Amino acid sequence: MQSEEDKYPQAQQVDGKPLALDIQHLTQVFHIGKTWLNEGKPLRAVDDVSLQVRNGEVLAIVGESGCGKTTLSRLMLGLQKPESGAIYVNGQALVDVDRKAFARRVQPVFQDPYSSLNPRRTIGEIIMDPLLIHDIGTLEEQRQRVEETMAKVGLPHRMINSYPSQMSGGQRQRVAIARALVMKPEVLICDEPTSALDVSVQAQILNLLQELRNELNLTYIFISHDLSVVEYMADYVAVMYLGRFVEVGPARDVLERPKHPYTQALLGSVLTPDPELGLPDIDLGRGFPDPLNPPPGCRFHPRCPKAMAVCSQKEPEKLTVDGTEVECHLYAKEDADIPV
Amino acid sequence: MSGAHHYNPDDPPVLEVEDLSVDIKVPAGTLHAVNKVSFSVRPGETLSLVGESGCGKSITSLAIMRLLPKAARLSASKIIFDGQDLAALSEKQMARLRGNRIGMIFQDPMTSLNPVYRIGDQLEEIYLRHKGGGRREARERAEYLLEKIGIINPTQRLTQFPHQLSGGLRQRMMIAMMLMCDPKLIIADEPTTALDVTVQVQILQLLRSLQEEFRMALILITHNLGVVARMADHVAVMYAGQVVEKGSSADVFRHPTHPYTRGLLECIPHPGQSATRNKLGSIPGIVPSLVGRIDGCTFRNRCNYAFGDCATAQVGLRDVEDGHSYRCLLPPETFAAGKLEKA
Amino acid sequence: MTDATQTAADAKRRDSASDFDTLAPSPRELMRRRACSHWGLIIGLSIIAIFLLVAIFAGVLAPHDPYAQTLSHRLADPVWGPKGSWNHILGTDALGRDVLSRLMYGARLSLYISFTAALIAAVIGVSLGIAGGYFGGKIDSLVVYIINVKLALPVFLVALSIAAITGGTVTVMILLLGFLTWDRYAIVTRSLTQQMRDQDFIMSSLAAGSSHMRIIFRDILPNLMNHIIVIVSLDMAVIILIEAALSFLGLGIRPPTPSWGLMISEARAMMFFKPHLIMVPGIAIFILVMAINMAGDGIRDVTAPEGRG
Repeated sequence: MQSEEDKYPQAQQVDGKPLALDIQHLTQVFHIGKTWLNEGKPLRAVDDVSLQVRNGEVLAIVGESGCGKTTLSRLMLGLQKPESGAIYVNGQALVDVDRKAFARRVQPVFQDPYSSLNPRRTIGEIIMDPLLIHDIGTLEEQRQRVEETMAKVGLPHRMINSYPSQMSGGQRQRVAIARALVMKPEVLICDEPTSALDVSVQAQILNLLQELRNELNLTYIFISHDLSVVEYMADYVAVMYLGRFVEVGPARDVLERPKHPYTQALLGSVLTPDPELGLPDIDLGRGFPDPLNPPPGCRFHPRCPKAMAVCSQKEPEKLTVDGTEVECHLYAKEDADIPV
Repeated sequence: MSGAHHYNPDDPPVLEVEDLSVDIKVPAGTLHAVNKVSFSVRPGETLSLVGESGCGKSITSLAIMRLLPKAARLSASKIIFDGQDLAALSEKQMARLRGNRIGMIFQDPMTSLNPVYRIGDQLEEIYLRHKGGGRREARERAEYLLEKIGIINPTQRLTQFPHQLSGGLRQRMMIAMMLMCDPKLIIADEPTTALDVTVQVQILQLLRSLQEEFRMALILITHNLGVVARMADHVAVMYAGQVVEKGSSADVFRHPTHPYTRGLLECIPHPGQSATRNKLGSIPGIVPSLVGRIDGCTFRNRCNYAFGDCATAQVGLRDVEDGHSYRCLLPPETFAAGKLEKA
Repeated sequence: MTDATQTAADAKRRDSASDFDTLAPSPRELMRRRACSHWGLIIGLSIIAIFLLVAIFAGVLAPHDPYAQTLSHRLADPVWGPKGSWNHILGTDALGRDVLSRLMYGARLSLYISFTAALIAAVIGVSLGIAGGYFGGKIDSLVVYIINVKLALPVFLVALSIAAITGGTVTVMILLLGFLTWDRYAIVTRSLTQQMRDQDFIMSSLAAGSSHMRIIFRDILPNLMNHIIVIVSLDMAVIILIEAALSFLGLGIRPPTPSWGLMISEARAMMFFKPHLIMVPGIAIFILVMAINMAGDGIRDVTAPEGRG
């Protein structure tokens, strides 16, 4: 697998082993309203994002709609070329390679299993498709691999000739997972894999993902807005706001001792099924962030309950506080007594 | 907070529903979408219908509004809204109630606002239709309400089109639209499902405060148990067209009794729960087909406690304690052993 | 993990997902059921089948040679007329040719021209539509431009002038009508492809490494097929009418080829004495076009609900 030219030799290593997924300074800019004459307005959907995940770990990306999660996932799947930055999978750079090479190593599981399966193909055809694209094995081997994968995700063999419309949401999501796994990828990008499913089915799918991870030593990037699901699944959490990671760290630290005011607000909005507690009071301005006109300084300051004068003037730098990376002026002062 | 009642239990109910059933004709026979559902709401009270897709919670709300599809047949021994029998009203009288005395909020505010009209026109139209009066009066009311629901620049917002607003703002506009007249009852069908978590909390807070101010009854339909626990005074858990457990929110969440309610609560991750240490519970199987005759308990094919009688016996609602009932043949103590260990 | 524990784990997982006792009927089965209870579709298809059989076996079924002129039997009445005979069921025309035989051969020509022209139009329109809808950007701008140019063309006048210049052979007619009716395919498939392009199953296919061609042929085209079939049927009906009109004006099919439009044209002079000469081919056109439209509507009704949700 080392045949790829080593154009990007600076891939990081941990304990002598390369990281499962190493993303460095990824930036993607769209030009909105671009025409033949007009340059258009730049939209920094993903702005200097770096993340590192070790083999077998789960990194969750949390953020609200419009924060750039979807663009980031498309970059990580190789569906778009980034403006700048590098992606390494197990030490190998994947920036200049084509989609096909990408596909063998990184696979997606999408949110809506009703739109992620082609309604005109049978389950067997859908799962086998990647093998045909990459021309892996003989027909007999391919068929066998499809059956193995179906068993792995808990689909009975007799569904092989069924159509997606004959299946429930949970079963369809299993098919989507099987299609992603049939190529034996190293990294799975799960984009809200359970938010379109019923509660009872969500639990089945989360358990399945967890079992598969243990069994196949898979690495997950888990994109979600549901922090209780994130807490359940993730080892690491990255909180995204308007294209930037504002807080990255071990799940326990981020979720139990959130540092960034935005993370605190997100966690404050989680509604656990506890009738004793009423609705939480979250102190967030309603100013809806406009990615086309990001505010100067810290992008969160117009909504931030703890905003200071400096926040609207200077962009905060990345600081490491208690093992968590935070972009916030609150922690810049030497003597800052951490207000949580 | 939710311990303090927002309503007076002695008030007469705004809406009283008894034995509401909806049958839908499908090619394969008759689909029993809703099966003898009963509940009532008082002024200022929040009742939540909670359940998974296909449990009949949305059909129930459409039945109350008499907005069912043509193939559906509604029967009930009682649907009394504010002293009127809804089932007996003509279509014309019903249209006068909708949007006027009964307000509805749907999941997707984008599709419930008409994209080709300005927000202001849509708000005014509702007022003019139900209350008459002049355009000026309507405009004043719209501005007053927008201010009330915390919209910063109401006059300017009223001239905008739905697509110029964010999801949260659109849902606020839906709420304003509903308030243009003076509804006694709000039916909110998954009002926050399409919204971000921080916006969800803000919208729920808004609903709650308006409800207290105007003493409106709220029927909140959702699958999100967190929203239910934090918002509802009373809960009716629905499964396969039936209410399988109902009671006060505190009772149902603190002492869930029906195996389905217990299963649902075990399916959502609790604070501190991690996949590497303790797995989530799950409910195997799927909802049975509701076409044709339904015998016995509808949950039996997914239930860990099912036994022979479940397939044949008439399973009615029975009391756990006063005001908390569940639909199962087994006594409440049976399930105590398998209770989820929870901090 | 050993094989045994592996299989056990898989089996357990299968149990946990064991909602398989209720397998809904397959989409094909549902479609078959809907088709069998759709009267418009059944009637439309039956009529088309009859026309098709007549067209194919015209050589066997036709009682006379459609070109044979029997001057002694000119303008014979049909069988229901005052001097009608079973020899010429629908009578004869001004040159003494058997109307029924000409009608049968005319059906062959009409179906042949309309079907091949509709296919040509489909290939052109669908290619443009998918290319524009799928790739977007500059390609789409170009496709939209081409469609707009096409829409601005007065179809009938262009057809008239080209037919007048080149002379109306069957091949010219087919090419002409094919190149003049593709816009509907392009417009419909372009917007459908645009909607489909952002669906996750296209994304999945891209993420699995599919080439764009593979996605177009294996993911997009199959999902457009039922719409395309519906447009083909509507298009065929339109083409039959245009061909008849062109032939009627003397700029389409040349005599003595038996074409329905031409038959009407030739009967024009006789309109007040022998009205059946105009009515018989007119009714044939009417019935065939109606049947095709009924079948097209039926196909849409039967295939449309499938595949979603």
